[in-house]
Amino acid sequence: MTALAVFLRDLRLAQRRRADTLAAAIFFVIVASLFPLALGADPAWLRRLGPGVVWVAALLASMLSMPRLFADDAADGTLEQMLLSPTPLPLLVLAKVGAHWLANGLLLTLVAPVLALQYGLDGGSIGILVLTLLLGTPVLSLVGAIGAALTVGVRGAAVLLSLLVLPLVTPALIFGAGAVEAAAGGMDTGGHFSLLGAMLVAAMFLAPWAAAAGLRISLD
Amino acid sequence: MTRINWFYYAAPARFYGLAGKLVPWCAAAAVVLALWGLWIGLVVAPTDFQQRDSYRIIFVHVPASWMSMVLYVAMAFWAAIGLIFNARLAAMLAQAIAPTGALMTFLSLWTGALWGKPTWGTWWVWDARLTSELILLFLYIGYLSLRAAIDDERRADRASAVLAIVGVVNVPIIYFSVQWWNTLHQGASVSLTKAPTMAAIMLQGMLVMTLALWAYAFAVVFARVRLIIRERERGAAWLRDLHPAGALP
Repeated sequence: MTALAVFLRDLRLAQRRRADTLAAAIFFVIVASLFPLALGADPAWLRRLGPGVVWVAALLASMLSMPRLFADDAADGTLEQMLLSPTPLPLLVLAKVGAHWLANGLLLTLVAPVLALQYGLDGGSIGILVLTLLLGTPVLSLVGAIGAALTVGVRGAAVLLSLLVLPLVTPALIFGAGAVEAAAGGMDTGGHFSLLGAMLVAAMFLAPWAAAAGLRISLD
Repeated sequence: MTRINWFYYAAPARFYGLAGKLVPWCAAAAVVLALWGLWIGLVVAPTDFQQRDSYRIIFVHVPASWMSMVLYVAMAFWAAIGLIFNARLAAMLAQAIAPTGALMTFLSLWTGALWGKPTWGTWWVWDARLTSELILLFLYIGYLSLRAAIDDERRADRASAVLAIVGVVNVPIIYFSVQWWNTLHQGASVSLTKAPTMAAIMLQGMLVMTLALWAYAFAVVFARVRLIIRERERGAAWLRDLHPAGALP
């Protein structure tokens, strides 16, 4: 079982279960739409809150789809085949996370500009928001995979997973939303992007190993 | 030349006795050091020029903050040893350290809030160090809930060990966050590289209180690890011989 085959299979599965994939994106839109209802519709106020709200909503929406990453494969025995496969398990995990990000994280990134328009962000800010999400959502998927691997077959896995993963991804939130705010304040965003990129590189390198270790423990 | 056997006490049966002997000493040291530290902090140390007497909570707040981070690293260390060498006792130690670490983190946040009210005029600010300490509390809670959710003890050991190792990345972020985000919280008053900016007597009080919390942590962790050993090894012959009637130690 090669990593490419796993990647293509997961993409095909996501494409055939459109309702599941779309549900996370719709949840993202709904959460972001709730904030103006609760906080009032003052345009200047919303423009300030916009980047943070979109980022928090993206964080919650990506947690929503995370428990499914390994649960279905564990239920039908595919995961055991992956553990036995000669292909290194971290590579297979990376392939699964990649497919999951294309189906979920990328979709959230593409929906985000519409939400940003609702919050009255200008073109430059929207561009920076999309770029931070492009760098940040893969980090959420990678770190989320560790939590998903550790909670395979555990009762109350969905809530537990959010409990484990949300504290770990707060740096991505801080620098992701911070970059848009810095840009709106006329400051340099290079530092934010460098740190987000560093997080992505570190997560891409380390998270598949941790997730693979978690899977081996869960299926022991 | 006889070599030291580093693994002599790695057997829960041997460590059980050793921990039992150490608990009263550690507890007594904790009480004595805490009384000494509080005496320095509440009686000997002079009133601060700016913060009046409210600063005296520093003698609990700073040691608790230090302990919250040290205990997380200790927990991750023993969890890693347990994962790498498949050592049961190391995993039990990690399990025993976690609740004490969470308590220290909570204490640090609580005393910080009590200190913040008279000094900054607010119970809570979204400052880097406060936020990082809050995230540390979340990490402890995540570790404890993952343990609680898995019924098989050995699996819980290893799953939570992976989580602890992943989370330990957060501890340096807490420490360096003061330099990263320059915000409301005062910079670290004590550092190894430059002379402390506080009176020597205050530093002494803080160090004595830190030692007191260390002794407390040792006493509680040893007592808790004894209970964990009794719970997990309940079928073992040595335990039955030690406590024939099943009475608590």
